[in-house]
Amino acid sequence: MSTPDRDQNTANGTGFSRRDFIRGSGAAMAATAIATSTVEARADDKAAKPNVKPAEATEVTLTVNGKEHKLKLEPRVTLLDTLRTDLSLTGCKDVCDTANCGACTVHIDGKAVYACTRLAHDCEGKKITTVESLKDGDKVDPVVSCFVKHDASQCGFCTPGFVMAVRAFLNSKPKASLDEVRKGLGGNICRCGTYHGITECALEMAKGG
Amino acid sequence: MTPFEYAHPRSEAEAVELMNEPGTSTAVLAGGTDLIRLLRRDLVTPQRVVNIKDIPSMQGIKPVDGGVMIGALTTLEDLAASPLMSEYHSLHHVLDGIRAIQIQSSGTVAGDLCHLPNCWYFRNGYGLLGMENGESLVETGDNRYHAIFGNRGPAKFVSASRFAPGMIAGQARVRVVGPKPDAEEWLPLEYFYITPKTNAQGVTVLKPGQLITHVWLPGTDTAQGKVQSSTYEVLQLEGLDWPLASAAVSMVVQSGVVQDARIVLGHVAPVPWISHEASRTIIGRRVTEETAAAAGEAAVASATPLSNNGYKVQLARTCVKRALLRAAGQETGGL
Repeated sequence: MSTPDRDQNTANGTGFSRRDFIRGSGAAMAATAIATSTVEARADDKAAKPNVKPAEATEVTLTVNGKEHKLKLEPRVTLLDTLRTDLSLTGCKDVCDTANCGACTVHIDGKAVYACTRLAHDCEGKKITTVESLKDGDKVDPVVSCFVKHDASQCGFCTPGFVMAVRAFLNSKPKASLDEVRKGLGGNICRCGTYHGITECALEMAKGG
Repeated sequence: MTPFEYAHPRSEAEAVELMNEPGTSTAVLAGGTDLIRLLRRDLVTPQRVVNIKDIPSMQGIKPVDGGVMIGALTTLEDLAASPLMSEYHSLHHVLDGIRAIQIQSSGTVAGDLCHLPNCWYFRNGYGLLGMENGESLVETGDNRYHAIFGNRGPAKFVSASRFAPGMIAGQARVRVVGPKPDAEEWLPLEYFYITPKTNAQGVTVLKPGQLITHVWLPGTDTAQGKVQSSTYEVLQLEGLDWPLASAAVSMVVQSGVVQDARIVLGHVAPVPWISHEASRTIIGRRVTEETAAAAGEAAVASATPLSNNGYKVQLARTCVKRALLRAAGQETGGL
């Protein structure tokens, strides 16, 4: 399993993040869980078939934000869980887990998808892009700046998913109308109700603002 | 999620083979928006998940036999963008209501047809029939989203498919392969759905080891004239939502008079509900506000609502009326 780039998940630049701390304290517990699951795993007594991977963890290479990661994962692991727990890309959020709320939205080969209902093994060979890719040094994607401008975020938990949905939507429909925005961007839920700002943001971007 | 093997066939024959190994239960994965949810809650626990997404023969839309052959893996956005589909208005009306690019890019046609019910008793582990200690939880519990037709048996959920009403009205056929290596059959989509008597029977005629590979829709030009079609769905939310009720119409009109009509309701019964009563009422008449309303009335005459879903009778009645008006090009206003 690759070790995630430390700078990548240290948002505050101090070299220490809340997530690192939580990970550290949870490591012992996680190790126990892994050991148990290995013991319980069924012995694969069938002859190996091409195009069939066993239920146990096998190697998979994921290309995330242009970087290749070699991981060892069970087929049942979702892309969302891999991104968050193995790669520390926590911009995609684990909220409804049922393809309803959109907080886990990432791009696969340029298309917005719910990472909660994708298996990680299913994403091998595909180009995965997360919200973290929208920031490059001091430069941020215009969608992000436009969200700020229109106050399109309140508690902020749904925001990364929304930003990724808006980004993919505008990539495919750069001149979208209000009707198209309504028909395309209904797959994300904001409990604070910032829909107005988000719609304004999408429309301004579509007008080339 | 219970562990499972992961199979990734590249042809229909290989998929059927991988789905039919003795002693290995399987589930089919395409878009994943339904299956991964079911797996996560252990509502289905296959020993092997078969990812069929990379089977080339099951992709794309082609003109075949005067109609269109739609690969089972065609995504909703590809369906919406295909020029071959431009005359199938009833499907476009459904596509317009699926308002999430995430579902549009992942969801597949056959995934919609095979989507398991959204009944909350089923989704929370009480089985398709929603039973506990031999009693129906649906009957006495919160059944506001449940069936108003075909609900006298133990099944009270509603069929989840959004395309099925329009496709059945349009006389679609589906191609099913498996479980034997060369087994292939074409069957009318209206015979694809069943109302189960037990939890194990499922919601379709698909047996373990079988899958849909294609859907064929007849052309919209017939000897009698052009087929006019529509779907009218009642959605509660502005965003991504499942309809509370829907109705699809497929009809041929000559000199203003309806020659033939097929009317199918969705989300009101354990199967897409074909209303011969509504069809009989409109055939031989002109579509007007009054005749459309009469067809709606006929459609719900035999409804048997449960304790909390009487309101769906009115929704169904209105769906039929508005779908007819929409198919006839007389749509007026919104809700």
